Amino acid sequence: MTITEDRIYKALEQVMDPEIPVLNVLDLGMITHVEITEGEAVLIKMIPTFSACPAVELIRNNIRSTVEKELGASVTVEIDKEAHWNSNRMAESAKEKLKNFGIAPPQIHNGEAYSEILMHTACPHCNSENTYLRSPFGSTLCRAIHYCRECGHVFEHFKPLE
Amino acid sequence: MTRNEAIGYLLTAMADDALVQGHRNSEWTGLGPIMEEDIAFSSMAQDKIGHAWALYRILHENLQGQEPDRFAFLRGEKEYKCCHLVEMPNGEYDFSLMRHFLFDHAEAVRWEQLQHSSFEPLAPLARKLKGEIKYHTLHANAWITQLCRAAEESHARMQSALNACFPLALGIFEPHPEAEQLLMAEKIYAGEAALKEQWMDRVYNILAVAGLNLPDEKAVTPVYGGRKGYHTEYLQPLLDEMGFVFRMDPEAVW
Repeated sequence: MTITEDRIYKALEQVMDPEIPVLNVLDLGMITHVEITEGEAVLIKMIPTFSACPAVELIRNNIRSTVEKELGASVTVEIDKEAHWNSNRMAESAKEKLKNFGIAPPQIHNGEAYSEILMHTACPHCNSENTYLRSPFGSTLCRAIHYCRECGHVFEHFKPLE
Repeated sequence: MTRNEAIGYLLTAMADDALVQGHRNSEWTGLGPIMEEDIAFSSMAQDKIGHAWALYRILHENLQGQEPDRFAFLRGEKEYKCCHLVEMPNGEYDFSLMRHFLFDHAEAVRWEQLQHSSFEPLAPLARKLKGEIKYHTLHANAWITQLCRAAEESHARMQSALNACFPLALGIFEPHPEAEQLLMAEKIYAGEAALKEQWMDRVYNILAVAGLNLPDEKAVTPVYGGRKGYHTEYLQPLLDEMGFVFRMDPEAVW
């Protein structure tokens, strides 16, 4: 079968984030460039969510091995140094998946202070905005911890990032 | 001094600050007073070490520097350019929080400014890191404000931590006239004096709301020396511990 960009994207849909297994690398907006180069080889460029994300190398290897397996082509995965990830890159469909997984999705931001965005994060369990930020840091670099006054759940939130 | 030497000096100083502060933050892992705080300092440790690594990588890839791990762990003490503020032991929580507050606002001002740097690898990194550091200052501001409003004792302890940290924090902005002149002429960054002014304005505004008095700059002696390789007695033991595993087998592949 010939290698097409469409098939590369289909293969990328199978590469899940190791820390949030319901989201793939396309959902997260981590892929910045896909190219079929000379000799039917594939070049993919990606960006990490947080600069100190410990899973970057793992994700990079997973992308390479999955696309190689699906397409039978030689694949190079590079870190894109020109682009930087921000949470507005996350797909709308991904936010729904995140919420169903029990993590509040990041709000769309446009440069305002985080403290204002974080104040009324909707609870993924009961949708109430009667919540407060317990800590801007959580179990992974991309998460914050909130408390819902309505249903009494402590919940995690994928933080907005500029 | 050449242009590249001046850039190397600036990036090494910034990276060494982040690395050493990151290591200090990691010393709260497992010991934080409440779980959220344990997680916060551990997360900030991870961020800081990631930031240091990104800078060491630029030194390596763009300025013919050593491989990042070797540069981070195998240098002699005098080759580090971190300021004394980050070397100090964690002490009590008041000291750790106040250092975190003063240091991270300085980081925020510096990275915001570096978004406009003419040194190409630095500008995109700055745009990324300034967004991450906002969470560090958000955390610091919340604790400074809460503790200062909580009770007399907590207020008094935060004021005494501020008095102890302030001369050390001025050392973040230790001048290096030759390097700064070169870097400013090339529009690589704005220079330490300009960054310090912005930092003072920012921390003053938050401290005022918290009811703390920023000591008079003219009445204190800034703690300089770190940028020139003169360090406190606390750095060498920290380096010994931080690089212990790496030095057991520097050729190991991780």
